[in-house]
Amino acid sequence: MANDIVKPENLVYTKTKVLTDNVMHYCPGCGHGTAHRIIAEVIDEMGIQDKTIGVSPVGCSVMAYNYFDVDFEEAAHGRAPAVATAIKRLNPDSYVFTYQGDGDLAAIGTAETVHAANRGENIVMVFINNGIYGMTGGQMAPTTLVGMKSATTPYGRNVALNGYPLRITEMLATLPGTYYVTRQSVHTPANVRKAKAAIRKAFENQRDKKGLSFVEIVSSCNSGWKMTPVQANKWMEENMFPNYPLGDIKVDGKIAEGITADRLVVSAPLTVVNK
Amino acid sequence: MKGNEAIARAMIASGTDGYFGYPITPQSEVMETLMAEKPWETTGMVVLQAESELASINMVYGGAATGKKVATSSSSPGISLMCEGLTYIAGAEIPCVVMNAMRGGPGLGTIQPAQSDYFQSTKGGGHGDYQLYVMAPASVQEMYDFVFDAWDIAFKYRNPVLILTDGAIGQCMEKCYTRDYIPRWTEEERRQHAPWGCWGKPATRDHNIITSLELESSRQEVFNQKLQKKYAQMKEEDVRYEMLNCEDADYVFVAYGTSSRICMKSMELARAKGLKVGLLRPITLFPFPTKQVAELAKKVKGMLCVEMSAGQMIEDVKLAANCQIPIEHYGRFGGIIPTPEEVLEALEEKIIK
Repeated sequence: MANDIVKPENLVYTKTKVLTDNVMHYCPGCGHGTAHRIIAEVIDEMGIQDKTIGVSPVGCSVMAYNYFDVDFEEAAHGRAPAVATAIKRLNPDSYVFTYQGDGDLAAIGTAETVHAANRGENIVMVFINNGIYGMTGGQMAPTTLVGMKSATTPYGRNVALNGYPLRITEMLATLPGTYYVTRQSVHTPANVRKAKAAIRKAFENQRDKKGLSFVEIVSSCNSGWKMTPVQANKWMEENMFPNYPLGDIKVDGKIAEGITADRLVVSAPLTVVNK
Repeated sequence: MKGNEAIARAMIASGTDGYFGYPITPQSEVMETLMAEKPWETTGMVVLQAESELASINMVYGGAATGKKVATSSSSPGISLMCEGLTYIAGAEIPCVVMNAMRGGPGLGTIQPAQSDYFQSTKGGGHGDYQLYVMAPASVQEMYDFVFDAWDIAFKYRNPVLILTDGAIGQCMEKCYTRDYIPRWTEEERRQHAPWGCWGKPATRDHNIITSLELESSRQEVFNQKLQKKYAQMKEEDVRYEMLNCEDADYVFVAYGTSSRICMKSMELARAKGLKVGLLRPITLFPFPTKQVAELAKKVKGMLCVEMSAGQMIEDVKLAANCQIPIEHYGRFGGIIPTPEEVLEALEEKIIK
């Protein structure tokens, strides 16, 4: 009887064809799967699967190439923006995107990130920020919050010892080479829709040769944070979002409305968390 | 023209698609020549000054992984930075061409010529069991010609090729015959030469993945065996060397690059004195002309390895000769080039006695 309703016209949800059938290795509750899916949907909807080349990082998403059904290069730790620079310059008609975590993009690869942005490379950079090194077992990331515990900050991040969390997204927005800079999340359906719209805009900017589009997605790492997925999302809302506010920072080459100089230049006081 | 200029002009003429570099003495003329020539307006070749050698070698990785002919150049300290990228490139089996104009080290060292990166070039440099195909030009003409040969080898083996030269050859001016322009590959030719490349997945094939990652140890071992097989094939099919006056020689110099040029003069001086001296010049340092050294070792009384280093290539010469004859090293380093007279003196003192 149940088989009676399995008909094409009753289909409400399906896997996008730009994702492969491989089973993802990501932890339940992790944002990577959703972030992958919305990128794949945008590639599918824009009809650019045969022109897209992705670059994966070192970190949890190192094997993103197993999940996207597009040509993919796996870069050394932090070097994805340099890799993508050459792909795009040598193949200007292709769509090139990088997919990196916070350690990859904002610690070991800061120079490559800043210079690709400053050159205004016509690529899309997707930045997953969960404030921790997930793959290596939960060590401090450049974006780990002050007071936040990790495997290498067991007593909480201490500014005197470890310096400040790096808000690289705000930093990149100040560079003339970036055309679109935004911060999103994928932890609720409404946020997923907004994040997807941002990814779409970023790829359209690349199509229109506008320069570099940078989409940060603040994500939870419930395994690394040692919480349940639901707890992790709540903790993210209460602690990550005040330090990494969601929304557009730069649109069409101009600083977005409501973004003050204080947000961009003078580091606004960061809240201290206790986890 | 200058050696560094020859490299740049050969890149354009050999249909190279892209060059990504970072300035460092004594080879900055490579990128300067390319920027002045503006090949993007003629052949369509992309030239970009990167923010570091780390970035430039990773740009080479990224671009070459799309099946295009991509090159870079640097000098010793810059090549040290590139070693990370080179092991990834070797591990992902990407063809590319890299030039190292060696200068004296260690550390920042000196900007004067040296040959002290032999170990780095032929024994790894980066981590893991990988090999670069290493060519050692001894003239401006070879700097030019080897770029063309390097592309053939790089794509034959899907392996990075290193043109290992030094500041002396990079900076010296010699006559150089240039070649007609070989057009850059068309889109179709690129796909033919690099079916493995990331150039956009058509519906007719699976997606191409370029990576050096394989977490499953048994598969990683199989991959390593494949690499070793490739290196064995290089040793079988693509060793290059030159022998001068070795037929009747009692003694031979073994030297490459600038040192081999010095030794040619030392050999003349020796012959004028009635000493039967020859020269074996390895042109490829990996694969090394092991068989040729072993054959010579059966005929001659001794060998002097002349290197602008503390003695690096001598290890390969000794391994090849397998203790049959006396083999000694003579070298100057830190940016000093030996004179032909002191090299001959060293031969007489250390080998002939």
